[in-house]
Amino acid sequence: MHRQNNTRVTRRTVAAGLGAGLIAGVAPFNIVRAQGAALKVGVLLPRSGFQAGIGQDCQRGVDIAPDLLKELGLPQLQIMNADTETNVDVARARAEKLIADGAQLLVGAFDSGQSTAIAQVAEQKGIPYVINIAAAPQITEQGYKFVFRNFHTAPMILGGAFANQKEIFAATGAAPKSAVFLHVNDTFGTAMQKGIGVVMPKFDLPYKIEQTISYDPAARDLSVEVAKAKATGAEILMVVSRLNDAILLTREMVKQRWSPNAIFSMGPGWYEDQYLKTLGKLGDGPISFVPWYDPNKPLSKKLEAALERKYPGVNLNTNHVYTFEALLIAADAYKRADSADPKALADAIRATNIKNNVSTGPGIQFNAKGQNDQLKISAIQNRGGKLPTVAPKDAANAKVEWPMTPYDKRA
Amino acid sequence: MPIDIFLNVAVGGILAGLVYGLMALGLSVIFGVVRIVNFAHGEMMAMAMYLSLLAFGLFGIDPLLMILPCAIILFAFGYVLQRTLINRFITRPEHSQFLLMVAIAIIITNVQLIVFGPDARSVQTPYSFDSYQFGRLIVDADKLYGAIAALIVAAALFAFFRFTKIGTAIRACADNYTGAQVVGLNVKRLYALTFGLGCACVGASGAILMISTDVTPQFGPVATLQAFVIVITGGMGSMVGALLGGVLIGLTAAMAGLLFTPSIKAMFVYGILVLVLLFRPQGIIGKKTL
Amino acid sequence: MIGWLISGLPRRALILGAILLVVAVIAPALVGDYLLTVLILILYFAYTGQAWNIMMGFAGQLSLGHALFVGLGAYTTATLFVYYGIPPWLGLFAAVAVSMACGALMGFLAFRFRVAGVYFTILTIAFAEFARTGFDNWGYVNGSAGLFLPVAQYTQNDLWRLRGQPAMFYYVLLAATIVVFIGSRIILKSRLGYYCLAIREDEQAARASGVNTFRYKMYAVMISAGMTSFAGMFYAFYYNNLFPEQIFNISRSIEIILAPLVGGVGTLGGPILGAFVLEGLAEGLNVLLNAVGIDIPGIKQVFFGFVLLLVVILLPEGIWPWVARRLGLTERR
Repeated sequence: MHRQNNTRVTRRTVAAGLGAGLIAGVAPFNIVRAQGAALKVGVLLPRSGFQAGIGQDCQRGVDIAPDLLKELGLPQLQIMNADTETNVDVARARAEKLIADGAQLLVGAFDSGQSTAIAQVAEQKGIPYVINIAAAPQITEQGYKFVFRNFHTAPMILGGAFANQKEIFAATGAAPKSAVFLHVNDTFGTAMQKGIGVVMPKFDLPYKIEQTISYDPAARDLSVEVAKAKATGAEILMVVSRLNDAILLTREMVKQRWSPNAIFSMGPGWYEDQYLKTLGKLGDGPISFVPWYDPNKPLSKKLEAALERKYPGVNLNTNHVYTFEALLIAADAYKRADSADPKALADAIRATNIKNNVSTGPGIQFNAKGQNDQLKISAIQNRGGKLPTVAPKDAANAKVEWPMTPYDKRA
Repeated sequence: MPIDIFLNVAVGGILAGLVYGLMALGLSVIFGVVRIVNFAHGEMMAMAMYLSLLAFGLFGIDPLLMILPCAIILFAFGYVLQRTLINRFITRPEHSQFLLMVAIAIIITNVQLIVFGPDARSVQTPYSFDSYQFGRLIVDADKLYGAIAALIVAAALFAFFRFTKIGTAIRACADNYTGAQVVGLNVKRLYALTFGLGCACVGASGAILMISTDVTPQFGPVATLQAFVIVITGGMGSMVGALLGGVLIGLTAAMAGLLFTPSIKAMFVYGILVLVLLFRPQGIIGKKTL
Repeated sequence: MIGWLISGLPRRALILGAILLVVAVIAPALVGDYLLTVLILILYFAYTGQAWNIMMGFAGQLSLGHALFVGLGAYTTATLFVYYGIPPWLGLFAAVAVSMACGALMGFLAFRFRVAGVYFTILTIAFAEFARTGFDNWGYVNGSAGLFLPVAQYTQNDLWRLRGQPAMFYYVLLAATIVVFIGSRIILKSRLGYYCLAIREDEQAARASGVNTFRYKMYAVMISAGMTSFAGMFYAFYYNNLFPEQIFNISRSIEIILAPLVGGVGTLGGPILGAFVLEGLAEGLNVLLNAVGIDIPGIKQVFFGFVLLLVVILLPEGIWPWVARRLGLTERR
């Protein structure tokens, strides 16, 4: 059998590939390094494409890490940056390339689909992979030995959110009866919506969800959605949206003259810098239940200061915190393993027990599946351009404001 | 659900639809005359939006005041593009034209990404949060202003095509290419002019849309698709059709979102598109061309 | 049979083809895993490009919704595997049937109602977008939360269930690409091929000559759809997760047609050359930008766009016809 396709370009490309491949194939990983050599960490983030904004924000967490890690007496990391371009194909290829270029540990990648692709590569190659942010529960249910996630799964976020809500209700004496759930119809939003049906009954909450309204992520006009939500007359607006939607939704609520007693957000957007800057006074009030940092922990204060120095005016948020912690885990494991051998690193990561960390909760440990199931969710409330933590109690540094000041009463 | 919700949503859908109709108008004009399908339409709209964003950020100019400047800049852009690049593709097969516009779209989108960054940017005018209340009807101020502006621009364009010599010449080109050449019209120049006008329309609608929506570098493809749906429903090559199509699609999408769940709005819109393509491909107002 | 297939091809082409085939077969043993991933991507786009080519190049119908068939193939085989444990090769029958039915529906609606040219293209987009929103809201396939396939270990290669090393996937895709090329060659030289060519060149004349244009256009659409759904099956089992937003997206449809457009629509060599050039360019740009130290997200795509622009302006027929003429590889007529 023959094929009729052939060109000079093809042969050259293949020849070049062969050459590079030979080199890559012949030099194995330098298994044991002398102490003091920096650990090569490949960081995969969506720096272009649809999720570019978030990827570039996570990158800030990477940029401020080295100095802080040095201060903690941890070994140096040599960061190799890669752009997944918000694309599964590219994510996989980049992961392969990083490993071929000598990466001894991978960190990334914000998106569940891309993280799954990278996890497969990491597991296959036996290179440890620490996920900074990705909420799909399935990733740590595959029986992987080299994949670790220091982030909440969607069910964990929900459970944490409901627990915080109970605390808030107890503290304020409020007992709202009705809520309307508005969510963006994308991976995260749908995962949360599915999870609510499973997780909510376990908590004895005073309110019922009257209606669930989902909207298209590409929608630029959310007037219909808000009109429907307003029509339910619910006391609480529960929402999972993204940054742009959060701003649009708030504007619609003001225009349509609807101020619920509270806005509970269980996703990104409502606490982000641009939301606060754009809306000013009209941005106060929403309570976001998010993976966050514990403001009372000493390392949090250090991280905040480092961020302020390098990127003044940017509030510390989830992206920075969890990306930083992924690198913290890498450096800490490297120190304990005292070798860059991937298996040793993976075992060291599995035995991680960091109490001096940033995220809310008892610290960083991993269960048998490679998941940190001890993470807690924080409840933060927008107040005058800042984000005080109102729950859980030991991480709180402010009291919750209930109900939210109606929009038309704000000067 | 009380009747005022329906009313509010319907009115909102119609007003928004008028602005999208203006955007689609540009596409319709280009296709009706030059017979090129502008797959970079949405990207050009994003360009106009970014321009008004810049003007607002640097000089505090309200986007509505940027309608004319954006239209002029996009006109120039379109004219030059057509004259230098697109002209030789008129006789080329469709897929070549398509590839050309896709390449242009990729370049525009990513330059926007590099220059403006990936975050969604929006403009906040003093009236961004205003709404007018007429009894139980609540109308958004920005939507209202936008719709009025769109109608004015559309009327201006209509007048141009109806009452000016150049406008008549362009219409002649569209109706009968050979005939127009026989009569001595400079068809190449008229094509460039038309392409420029179509882009000017897009420019104007971009500026208008900026008062109520935010812009991201990825906004282009979504807008292009929407423009196509509107133009086909209303009728390719018909200006009134484009506006009517915009209103119809805006209204249907809004009502579908209200009655069912908003996330399937798109399904309804594409369903309508399929039906129109099958049963009335010339659109509501279009003429039956082969 | 083989004689019939290769008749008309210059000796050079056959020799080159043979060399390439040998190289392709031994490639996994020689290149590193990263390049293997790139080769898999190239083959994927060569395969889907050629499948799309059948509809466009042979029957002249520009489809911008081919992601629809990829998605249908992916979801059909994936759901059968996840919910009923049916291995992918059996599921493939169902996937091809579903895709062909969908293609037939689309073709029937389009051709019976005389939807042609740009309107046909938009119809294909509408179908794909409809499916995207539909699947996004369909609980059975988990909607936009995504469908995850259970992943197994990689130590053994399970060809029947398509679980295993990348090399296994490479060979599966290579075999499929070879099959689709031979299939296209057969179609081209058969009566179906000549009818399609006539339809593409001048449909009215073809109809006047007594060719049943409707039937042959339908064949082209259905064959193209069915072949594309295999790519969907591959995608599902290679990546192990499916999101409607990603797999039915119009940007995927555009990706699919870039390779044949750049390589040469309607030619056999076009899609694979186009795939090599585009992927090679993409990865090459990455390496180049990294080496120079430029780290601006999006700049790679700008270069990419300019290259596309150059290709479409300077080589309107695509790269392959130009190269083939230069190397003396064109068919003797």
